Amino acid sequence: MPLLVKLLVQRIALGLLLLFLVSILIFVGTIILPGDVAQSILGQSATPEALANLRAELGVNDPPVARYFAWLGGVLTGDLGTALTSGLDIAESLGSRLSNTLFLAFWAAIIAVPLAIFLGLLAVRYRERWPDKLISAVTLASISVPEFLIGYVLMFFIGVKLRLFPSTAVSFRPDASLGDKLEAIALPIAVLTLVVLAHMMRMTRAAILNVMQSAYIETAELKGLSMFTIIWKHAFPNSIAPIVNVVMLNLAYLVVGVVVVEVVFVYPGMGQYLVDHVSKRDVPVVQACGMVFAAVYIGLNMVADIVSILSNPRLRHPK
Amino acid sequence: MKDQIDYLKVRAALGKITRREFMGRMGALGVSAALANTMLADAVRAAGPQKGGTLRVAIQGGSSSDSLDPALAANSVATQVNRFWGEALVELAPGGGIQGKVAESFESSPDATVWTFKLRPGITFSNGQNVTAEDVVATIERHSGEETKSGALGLLRNIKDVRADGDSVVIELDGPNADLPYYMADYHLMIQPNGGKDDPTAAIGTGPYILKDVEMGVRFVAEKNPNYWGDLGNAETIELLVINDNTARVAALQSGQVDMIDRVPPRTAGLVARAPGVNVHTTSGPGHYVFIMHCNTAPFDNNDVRLALKHGINRQEMVDKILFGYGSVGNDTPINASYPLYTELEQRTYDPDKAKFHLDKSGFDGSILLRTSDNSFPGAPDAAALFQQSLSSAGIDLEIKREPNDGYWSEVWNAQPFCTSYWGGRPTQDQMFTTAYLSTADWNDTRFNNEQFDQLLVAARAELDEGKRKQMYADMGTILHNEGGLICPMFNDFIDATSDRIAGWEQGEKGFGLMNFYAPMKMWVAA
Repeated sequence: MPLLVKLLVQRIALGLLLLFLVSILIFVGTIILPGDVAQSILGQSATPEALANLRAELGVNDPPVARYFAWLGGVLTGDLGTALTSGLDIAESLGSRLSNTLFLAFWAAIIAVPLAIFLGLLAVRYRERWPDKLISAVTLASISVPEFLIGYVLMFFIGVKLRLFPSTAVSFRPDASLGDKLEAIALPIAVLTLVVLAHMMRMTRAAILNVMQSAYIETAELKGLSMFTIIWKHAFPNSIAPIVNVVMLNLAYLVVGVVVVEVVFVYPGMGQYLVDHVSKRDVPVVQACGMVFAAVYIGLNMVADIVSILSNPRLRHPK
Repeated sequence: MKDQIDYLKVRAALGKITRREFMGRMGALGVSAALANTMLADAVRAAGPQKGGTLRVAIQGGSSSDSLDPALAANSVATQVNRFWGEALVELAPGGGIQGKVAESFESSPDATVWTFKLRPGITFSNGQNVTAEDVVATIERHSGEETKSGALGLLRNIKDVRADGDSVVIELDGPNADLPYYMADYHLMIQPNGGKDDPTAAIGTGPYILKDVEMGVRFVAEKNPNYWGDLGNAETIELLVINDNTARVAALQSGQVDMIDRVPPRTAGLVARAPGVNVHTTSGPGHYVFIMHCNTAPFDNNDVRLALKHGINRQEMVDKILFGYGSVGNDTPINASYPLYTELEQRTYDPDKAKFHLDKSGFDGSILLRTSDNSFPGAPDAAALFQQSLSSAGIDLEIKREPNDGYWSEVWNAQPFCTSYWGGRPTQDQMFTTAYLSTADWNDTRFNNEQFDQLLVAARAELDEGKRKQMYADMGTILHNEGGLICPMFNDFIDATSDRIAGWEQGEKGFGLMNFYAPMKMWVAA
């Protein structure tokens, strides 16, 4: 399919250009922030000599442009460098953090996406009746409450009072059994699910309702098909594009937007790692995390675009 | 009935009956739950430390960007981790004074300029190497050399020469200092093989534990060092978790995920203490929350302006509303009863009339700008607002500027003429004054320059007569109290909490919170 190839090449090239621009933005951003890495490492107890020694050792006395190109050169040859603060290899630390974040996002998505779509279908089936209203009310309420508050509420009732699941994810070990791992992150998964549910559910509902106005749905109804068959077989395939779009957006959110949830539940993922290093002005680590987050975001949006183009014959065969 | 109670106490302490059973039977005997709880704790303590088990600790302050190099330790987690694997030459004794660690004993020349530390014989690093005087010399060199970035550099600056002399280390100073052993107890100065010059982050030392698993900013696992020279350390394994979020840390203790936490927020400490199975411990310490004025910048270069502000602050109100009672009032010096050689000065109280008098006398007329931020101390913006109100009754107009947390310590503190800040305190008055009030100090954050103060400080270092020394510190305190740029409304308590699963808390240890970070080693798993 030459169209698909052309599309992919085009999108990937655009994505790379975007990544390059993002890297410049992040670098400039970290330079504008007050304070520098040496000051942050030594904190309130920094002496001028200690600061000067540390700055020289970290090589942050070079002009910013030179540092940026040194970094870019490293990345293009596959070397993310080492963290200024801890001296650890970034690729290695980032790898384990990223896999933790993806693990959490994956399980949250496994639960949230089907649940959201199912609830959306259910809401359409019982449109304007109590199940629809109940689903909308609950999911809208959960998206309106800040994530950290949902986290605290679940922590207090499920973790401290009922003791069903651990109140924080501190018992999470990457090498533990799947069951233990899932138990440790049960509450973070629950919070993430509650946060992303409403958006996807509402979009599913709206997209399908939109299609439900069409003449062919009326035909299907007149054929005597059951409501669920109509929704599932006729309405859903035609509303795939907007749903996939919003699902991808939320998947991206599950990866890049979990900072608050990770911090609250003490989960050793990318979010906590990024926050720690931003506050220390550790530019190479912030750059690396920014690149990964941007790549995830751009990548998932690309998938959404491609799926919606492929699912729509009018876009697939443009005039 | 007393026999029955004693019998049950012994059974409970030996673990023959559960806590729940004990409380139930006590209730049947008509003993209140609170009293029974205390009795159980006493009984468990009387039974003596239990060895073995895993003790789980969650504390605040760690970050994945931390380093294991003790020279760079700058937060509670790093300090705690250093205590596991390493030891300094000496350490603060729990009740005050100094006790030997890597050094068995120490003595000074009569003028306190040459100090000799005799090493404890036959002790080894956790890699099996013997500890030599050369290792100690190399350690001090690494923290005090030209190239160093050690947080202890400021303390070691007046060392002229360090040399090994058999199994002793001789430190020669460029002037007398009666407090040198206190300097050597600093938490950065862990003795490492060859001073850590080869591998500063190896975490090889003489401490009671050995690090087995390290995930910076997340989790540390330490196991008992089988070759440790002393009897410190009860649990077989200590798991240290970094939980920076206050609510999550308290929840982890309440849900039994951990046995010990530090820094319970004062706002909720009362509630936490009421939860079953949780004990809250408060320890008064040298830490204080401050408003600092630059004595060399207008309008604060006029002592009457400084006095007006000092009289216009309501200290008790701050202790009640900012510390929720977990602290004590300050007296515009950085020193309180937690310091050795402390002398109480007359307490300055809130007096709007005197404030107005001094302001009128100064001739200053206008508003005063105070900078503050959330991270300068917990509740700093609220404290600034309280200050604004108490000053307004004296007719003084205080303008508050909220600064971002980011960069506060580099752009505002020690740079702007009037801001909020905190000090963790130091083990001795000399150290506190030398760090921040000597006219040449790196962190002279009040730009205080008083010749008489400087002379007294240097003279006190050479004074080995305690009575005279105490008087000198009292005089220095008075100078700061009357002329300094420091407004110190309150000293904050350390608030820690432990679960019933562990026992052995000792009240009132000097130094930092968590029994000067020795609680994980000194407490034991009881249930």
